[in-house]
Amino acid sequence: MEVLKIATAGSVDDGKSTLIGRLLYDTKSLTDDKLEAIEHSSKKKGYDYLDFSLATDGLVAEREQGITIDVAHIYFSTKTRSYIIADTPGHVEYTRNMVTGASTSQVAIILIDARHGVIEQTYRHFFINNLLRIKSVIVCINKMDLVGFSEERYDEIKADFEKLVDKSDYEDQNITYIPVSALKGDNVVDKSDAMPWFGGQTLLEYLEKLDTVNIYNRGKMRFPVQYVIRPKTEEFHDFRGYAGKVYGGDINVGDEVVVLPSETRTKVKEIYFNDKKYQSAARRSSISITLENNVNVSRGDMIVKANELPRIEKAFTAKVCWMCSKPLVAGSKYVLQHGINKVLAKVSEIHHKIETDFSGVDTQVSSLQINDIASVSFQLNKPIFFDAFKEHRTNGAFILIDPQTNNTSGVGFIE
Amino acid sequence: MTEKLLINALENEAIYIFREVAAQFEKPVLLFSGGKDSITLVRLAQKAFYPAKIPFPLMHIDTGHNFPETIEFRDKLVAELGLELIVRNVQDSIDQGKVKEESGRYSSRNVLQTTTLLDAIEEFKFDACIGGARRDEEKARAKERIFSVRDDFGQWDEKNQRPELFDMLNGQIQLGQNVRVFPISNWTELDVWTYIENEDLEIPSIYFAHKRDIFMRDGLIWSASEHVFKDDEEEVEERMVRFRTVGDMSCTAAVSSYASTIREVVAEIRDSSISERGARIDDKRSEAAMEKRKQQGYF
Repeated sequence: MEVLKIATAGSVDDGKSTLIGRLLYDTKSLTDDKLEAIEHSSKKKGYDYLDFSLATDGLVAEREQGITIDVAHIYFSTKTRSYIIADTPGHVEYTRNMVTGASTSQVAIILIDARHGVIEQTYRHFFINNLLRIKSVIVCINKMDLVGFSEERYDEIKADFEKLVDKSDYEDQNITYIPVSALKGDNVVDKSDAMPWFGGQTLLEYLEKLDTVNIYNRGKMRFPVQYVIRPKTEEFHDFRGYAGKVYGGDINVGDEVVVLPSETRTKVKEIYFNDKKYQSAARRSSISITLENNVNVSRGDMIVKANELPRIEKAFTAKVCWMCSKPLVAGSKYVLQHGINKVLAKVSEIHHKIETDFSGVDTQVSSLQINDIASVSFQLNKPIFFDAFKEHRTNGAFILIDPQTNNTSGVGFIE
Repeated sequence: MTEKLLINALENEAIYIFREVAAQFEKPVLLFSGGKDSITLVRLAQKAFYPAKIPFPLMHIDTGHNFPETIEFRDKLVAELGLELIVRNVQDSIDQGKVKEESGRYSSRNVLQTTTLLDAIEEFKFDACIGGARRDEEKARAKERIFSVRDDFGQWDEKNQRPELFDMLNGQIQLGQNVRVFPISNWTELDVWTYIENEDLEIPSIYFAHKRDIFMRDGLIWSASEHVFKDDEEEVEERMVRFRTVGDMSCTAAVSSYASTIREVVAEIRDSSISERGARIDDKRSEAAMEKRKQQGYF
């Protein structure tokens, strides 16, 4: 079954957890014991409605403060497909979590409180979805019950959001608007009786009909070698299988390929998945392959089609989102992990900070604080094999690891 | 040769994670309980490294209060697949005075496992422990990373977790730290059962309906056994039951069931209105029970 991953973004109090709870409730994904716990908890707090946010806010600290502070994963399925919701916090200091949740999602839901309309937070959420190249964005205008289910208000907010879309440089992105009331259940799973003026699909209807082929950004085939399988048994004495995941496009037996960095040309001899051989494997398959010639391949090398070479360079500029309390400064050194390949990187220059409000204002800065996004140039100790992030959502991204703490300190999107 | 490989997204993600573990760590181990999740892990590991053998051992932390059917199954699987199995016993930790046996009505060895596990990690210097935890099981687990770093004391700092971006897994650690790895993080209970059905995997017999001596307490079906504390007033009866999870006998409740094949089990799960952890007595202790145990180094 196909799995669709959805990132949610919203501000504090715009009802994100309630929307997710409503999706679970109306798709009958909440089991009796979970429902019972929600009823019990809602009653204890003196609510006269079910507090669905309790279905998603996991950690003790969150229950105490009533806010979501980390990425939580929520699962539900319909007869059509399985869904994973990455519930990412909308609070201003948590850009890092939003970027994290969005990095593995194909769809994003942006929530807007109908009373407040498009606010600065909305700019930021949309900006991050754009930065991460999320192909389908659903704008849920929530709390419609509190604005009298007004079509006029919906049109107003939609028009405001479209002004943001005009500033975006991501042309393939699909944007949909849905007026909902998560609390009352309007247009989440079931069509709203209170908004007969809305002719579009409900949130779930829209998700169910999303074409799973077109929700992914495509790119050139990239096969980074994760692990070399050498059984050294009698039956497989000389077997050398190159294990890895296929990115971007298909790989086929007989394909003319180049192994990087040695630039050796050879052909794909066999494609294995477990003990079976295949003629062809699509993107996202974890396979192992053998090659026609006996070439030297090790972890971190990349196999690409002979006529589709990536950029092979030791220096580049990237947009970096900083995720660590220790600031990023020019001259500092990090371990740069590009896919599975690790190299050493030096920050050669911080060009400017990028504002997430589409204002286009570039502020000159000398350091990058947590949750800042900036344009940064790097120098590496050896070349990596990459594409621009806009052309390849996986082969254009990297993380920076602090060599002292080993923490993942930032993420970059190569220009 | 088959034409085109059709993929199961979750299976391919898990295989990718297994290969990252083998490449990034020096001494990984697969934590094996004999339950359906760890049986699934073994199958995925086989696929990840075919035609080579799984390049790490399995380890079972035996509470001594397991269902005998599970232990029998464990030994058979290990022998058939030619795997290396390490067993460490909670009884030894009790005998060494490191932990104290609980007493009373709800006594269980479930919590005691943590000490035995942490000691074993230190004994073998394991730097990565692969487990079958899933994010859909429980609220605290929904926040778990795929590579989850534990400090020198085996503890989980849930507020200071490394962000995991795209599918890049950062396994860099300092000496003394270890990483808990969860390859089936994104699977649901139904995904696991469907996989077991499709792959035709063998599982311990207690997952299927069988006659068993049970007694009722707090609306849950408890196994009548020497390892489970029971009041004299609590009456034992025979009933057709099966188990949805295989934990310690003292903390795993049964469900009434007539499902005797995998297909029937899958159908039952699909229609079920009680979550899997609803039958885990250890989680009923408090709303934050799992989170507390995880901070202390639990699986």
